Amino acid sequence: MTETLLEIDNLSVDYETARGDLKALRDISFDVNRGEIVGIVGESGCGKSTLISAILRLIAPNTRFRNGAIRFKGDDLLTRTEEQMRALRGGDISIVFQDPMQTHNPVITIGKQMVDIQHRVKISKAEKLATAARMLGVVGIPDPEARLKQYPHEFSGGMRQRIAIAMALMSEPDLLIADEPTTALDATLEVQIIERLKDLQRDFGCAILFISHHLGVIAELCDRVVVMYAGAVVESGTVREIFHNPKHPYTRRLIECDPGHIKTRARVLPTIPGEVPDLANLPEGCIFRERCDQAMARCAQVPPLTRLSEGHNAACWLNHAEEIA
Amino acid sequence: MIQFAFKRFALAALILVVAVTVMFLMIRAVPGDPVSIMLGPRATPELKARLIAEMGLDQSLPKQLFIYFSGLLRGDLGVDVFSGRDVTTIVFEQLPHTLKLIFSAILWSALLGIGLGCYAAAHPNTWIDRAAAAISVSFIAAPAFVVALLSLLVFAVYLQWFPAIGVGEGFWDTAWHLVLPSLAIGLSWVGYIARLVRASMLEVLGENHIRTARAFGLSERRIVGIYALRIAILPVVTVIGVGMGFLLSSAVFTEIVFARPGLGKLVIDSITSRNYPIVMGAVLVSTALFVISTAVADLINAILDPRARSGT
Ligand SMILES: Nc1ncnc2c1ncn2[C@@H]1O[C@H](COP(=O)(O)OP(=O)(O)OP(=O)(O)O)[C@@H](O)[C@H]1O
Ligand SMILES: [Mg+2]
Repeated sequence: MTETLLEIDNLSVDYETARGDLKALRDISFDVNRGEIVGIVGESGCGKSTLISAILRLIAPNTRFRNGAIRFKGDDLLTRTEEQMRALRGGDISIVFQDPMQTHNPVITIGKQMVDIQHRVKISKAEKLATAARMLGVVGIPDPEARLKQYPHEFSGGMRQRIAIAMALMSEPDLLIADEPTTALDATLEVQIIERLKDLQRDFGCAILFISHHLGVIAELCDRVVVMYAGAVVESGTVREIFHNPKHPYTRRLIECDPGHIKTRARVLPTIPGEVPDLANLPEGCIFRERCDQAMARCAQVPPLTRLSEGHNAACWLNHAEEIA
Repeated sequence: MIQFAFKRFALAALILVVAVTVMFLMIRAVPGDPVSIMLGPRATPELKARLIAEMGLDQSLPKQLFIYFSGLLRGDLGVDVFSGRDVTTIVFEQLPHTLKLIFSAILWSALLGIGLGCYAAAHPNTWIDRAAAAISVSFIAAPAFVVALLSLLVFAVYLQWFPAIGVGEGFWDTAWHLVLPSLAIGLSWVGYIARLVRASMLEVLGENHIRTARAFGLSERRIVGIYALRIAILPVVTVIGVGMGFLLSSAVFTEIVFARPGLGKLVIDSITSRNYPIVMGAVLVSTALFVISTAVADLINAILDPRARSGT
């Protein structure tokens, strides 16, 4: 029984810049079901962080929503007021940001920060502290009571990342968004965090939108994958389908080039020849055309994201062979 | 923390010793024989000789300095040769008036300036922000003695809302007498602090941890007023600490305009009558005030900022 929790529908987002509008997201569509772990994968700069900040509308001032809808439990978030959005943040939707070293307030103790984010709960401060300590224990921080009195700079990067995860889980959200939560960690810690996230997902039953540019991590953790390239979804589907039967040349190149395993320390996706197109000055046609070794005449038109089989979508003319013929 | 405080105050003491020595030498370097000026043209040579001996001016300079410092250690700033009273007593009689003036000025200007700066930073580029900027800049441009004279003329002489001179007695009367002088000193600080807070607040609001606070649905008031302000305030504390020197010098003008007793007035009066022991004492105390306030500012910052405290 699957119920759609989050539905991104034809979302287009621009950044207004001095060079003109930077089309950071174009016609993004995908769903996240309740209790499901969905991975978003793509090279640096493909718009992953833009996408997740758009969901909670924690956006840079020069961000412009051009088109589309973000539906959470059927309710379009883009039509909500700022006050209504605030009610959602850290409540039904929590987020773990990309950079653990700067994610906590440097002059306030971790304990106070963890108490403050429980502002919606009507319990005493001592109880909130107890909850905070318990959550730190859950993510594997030893001696949590004493640690609550410390400041962020007294923790290592990996610990701060785990604290961020603990904070995000504290409200038992329906949706946890994690933006590259393991990129800053070393390989062993990365495995630990992935395992921990799996456990937590099982215990708390929340859906997770997990962002990474590390395929191995995605394969390990996720049920479904959304592959992004230069601000667009090029392919989406179950982990099995995407990894064993990729239908977009970009996905294929990603998998071919990936050293494969979570244990190997591949931080950056292997290079694919050519450059990512300038988002402020988009080329005509398929976004991947310039770097694609299977490009053909038809690629001068933008291929639509098409359903190929149940739960597998790709945006490539190669999958429309019968039409070409 | 205690170690930090100890180090900081040791440094302050050292600075003070150097400052006092320099001041001592500077005063001695002023042309004119102090004794003749103090006693007037008709003084007898015997009287002069007695005064010179009393003030220790017949000793060598290092000896004089040594005597001064050893007195200082006992809290003895010397004796006023005119009245025969302790300089320490005289200076500490005047000190509270100046302290009240300075601290009332800091207090209201910091509160207003911080509020204005926070508001402007929370609503950047709105008309309120622009109005605050215009007001701030015009406040900064207003020197204390001009504001003192103008406010004296308008509010004390013409409108007669506030008293023109003196310090008053009792709490309310004292407060009433403080309004205009404190306004004169604090006004440019409001603008200055507001600009400073706005700039540092805007920077902090752009930091990632603020986005985290927002992502947990904390109220904008808590984010600006606590999460960001705790960081944005740090440069302001330093500036106020160092600004103590400027405050003291504007206090001199203001005390004269409003005929308020205080350190400033004491210094000016004693300089005109070449009353060196008092000049020395008053300048020493204000220098100490300045040195201590910068040290205190550093301590406050160390308390506010755990990163500075741990020395990383
Ligand atoms: N405020 C902004 N103004 C203008 N351009 C921006 C802004 N924020 C991001 N961009 C640009 O938008 C594009 C998408 O950025 P985004 O941060 O979403 O990428 P990402 O996929 O999260 O990359 P990474 O893996 O490095 O985190 C990039 O080209 C980036 O330079
Ligand atoms: Mg990112």
